[in-house]
Amino acid sequence: MEPFKRLTAVACPLPFANIDTDQVVPARFMSTPRTQGYGGFLFHDRRRGADGQPTGEFPLDKPERAATKIIVAKRNFGCGSSREAAVYALMDFGIHCVIAPSFGEIFGGNSLSNGLLNARVSERDADTLLGELEAGARELTVDLETQRITGGKVPIQFEIDPAAKLRLINGWDDVQMTLSFRDQIAAFQQQDSVARPWARPV
Amino acid sequence: MPTPRTLFDKLWDAHVIVAQEHGDTLLWVDRHFVHEGSHHAFAKIGARGIPVARPDLTFGVADHYVPTRGRAGTAAIPDATVRGMVEKLEANTTQYGVRLFGLEDPAQGIVHVVGPERGLTLPGTLIVCGDSHTATHGALGAYAFGIGASEVAHVLATQTIWQRKPKNMRIRVDGVLAPGLTAKDMILAIIMQIGTDGAVGHAVEYAGSAVRALSVEGRLTLCNMSIEAGARTGMVAPDETTISFLRTRPSLVSGAAFDKAAEEWLALAGDDGGRFDKEVSLDASQIAPTVTWGTSPEHALPVTAMVPDPAGIADAAKSAHVADAIAYMGLKAGQAISSIPIDRVFIGSCTNSRIEDLRAAATVLAGRKAKVPGLVSPGSSQIKVQAEQEGLDRIFMAAGLEWAASGCSMCVGMNGDLVAEGERCASTTNRNFKGRQGAGARTHLMSPAMVAAAAVAGMIADVRPMLDGRA
Repeated sequence: MEPFKRLTAVACPLPFANIDTDQVVPARFMSTPRTQGYGGFLFHDRRRGADGQPTGEFPLDKPERAATKIIVAKRNFGCGSSREAAVYALMDFGIHCVIAPSFGEIFGGNSLSNGLLNARVSERDADTLLGELEAGARELTVDLETQRITGGKVPIQFEIDPAAKLRLINGWDDVQMTLSFRDQIAAFQQQDSVARPWARPV
Repeated sequence: MPTPRTLFDKLWDAHVIVAQEHGDTLLWVDRHFVHEGSHHAFAKIGARGIPVARPDLTFGVADHYVPTRGRAGTAAIPDATVRGMVEKLEANTTQYGVRLFGLEDPAQGIVHVVGPERGLTLPGTLIVCGDSHTATHGALGAYAFGIGASEVAHVLATQTIWQRKPKNMRIRVDGVLAPGLTAKDMILAIIMQIGTDGAVGHAVEYAGSAVRALSVEGRLTLCNMSIEAGARTGMVAPDETTISFLRTRPSLVSGAAFDKAAEEWLALAGDDGGRFDKEVSLDASQIAPTVTWGTSPEHALPVTAMVPDPAGIADAAKSAHVADAIAYMGLKAGQAISSIPIDRVFIGSCTNSRIEDLRAAATVLAGRKAKVPGLVSPGSSQIKVQAEQEGLDRIFMAAGLEWAASGCSMCVGMNGDLVAEGERCASTTNRNFKGRQGAGARTHLMSPAMVAAAAVAGMIADVRPMLDGRA
């Protein structure tokens, strides 16, 4: 996984709450192998008309938001279905950071697995950023080390779990990390088979 | 004296392998369910040449893509994409030696119905699956949660998962539900009260006399929709209802070993003084038949209410959100919910497809005709057999509904069971998101009895009068 340190890029306001992962990527695309790319599926049914072409109405399709890498949204971004395809669609489209007051938890885990930064800000700060972007601001800088977002009128602090921060900054692969605890896992299994004999399927 | 612990604290503690200083904790996984959608994860471990660590604790279930009509084996699935997904699951589980409840298995069904039915879901176990409705299994006192594809790959490779401990939240429902009301009304009322992010960051324990009074089937429905309140996991402490349910299940210890295990399971209930970071209470007697009118599960109201008026909502963003939902749903502000005409009904999904759900719908439909078409898909092939033995299939068909095989079906539409664009569906499922049941489809969530009432009336209707002399 590529480490995330600092990103300066075009940011796009999505001034909606409860953006669910069914909207981020509709279910009918999920049989597609990842190698074919998911970027074209991002917000498919919100962005595209019956002919499959973008209508140009969705914020991401405005000319001034070309090359967007940062999304700013309202509370509960990524709620709903556990589909990691939602993160694939965002990342394959070029999004590396979503800024919002809260996130769906499974989405949060999926983001971490793929190096997509979820930056938690207060509702007020999210509204401020959304307002500034809608008023014409284009670029933001997100610095993970200092947990600061700059480019708006005033710098904004964001929150992230310390463990998530470590993994993103280092680009750690979790399977590799886990296999370094092989002995502890073996010891746990040994002790657990005695403590909970009923836990194994018969 | 040891610190008092909640049910969730006890479940968490029993699975900790490594606790890192900054909060990341490596947990042991007792059961891992995979389905057709897990193809991404199998591709990941395949690419790295990593084997499945514990095939004996991994179970495959074909449910998300399986056809519910004209089922005649995998090779006969007409849609190439759907067939490919089912074949991929068969190939992956065969390659790694994983037990598959496949298309033609008599125990096949929806993963969150099959686990409890087969005795694979046990109190005190940690259960994961690449599906957000995995919290369903918490009804039996398990710590169960949905994970994404990379996490599925991680569990396949290591039988463990990294988590940060969520906070404790208790949702108490005390009192007695009115006749005709169910766990579905209860969970919709909870979501209506706390919102779709009301439980984010928390492990929810459902408690109180109304929860205790629910059957295991009802508790499964309750825990199922925890994610719709923002919680990745929800659970009910094991009690005698749990133990009686488990006693008749296959695949678990029997005799004295069962009695010993049952003692341990009952001891999982939270200690007096266990700490909850957040508490919510509801009065069961105040809950009415509840339906959703909009495009988020929190857009729920009693069937007797009116569609809200965005003009009456002070918060501009909320008002815009409500207006947007009303427009998508093709409704009018102030319109009576019980007058909304529907185009079709669906009874099924991991939320409401168990035998009790089918019985509740059949009670309403017996001797009546549905004014709209509809599909009934039982939660498992076993439930299908049981329902047919009870004659429920004949009641559904006599009413004019279609009786189909088991799968996720029209809840998510991956198998081609879709609601057409602009059509309005009264549905026992869990999500009324835009496009969930098909592009442009409009979904109203409600209980199986309420869906049956909607079928009979051709519009959203209060089931209570239809139950006179029946329930």
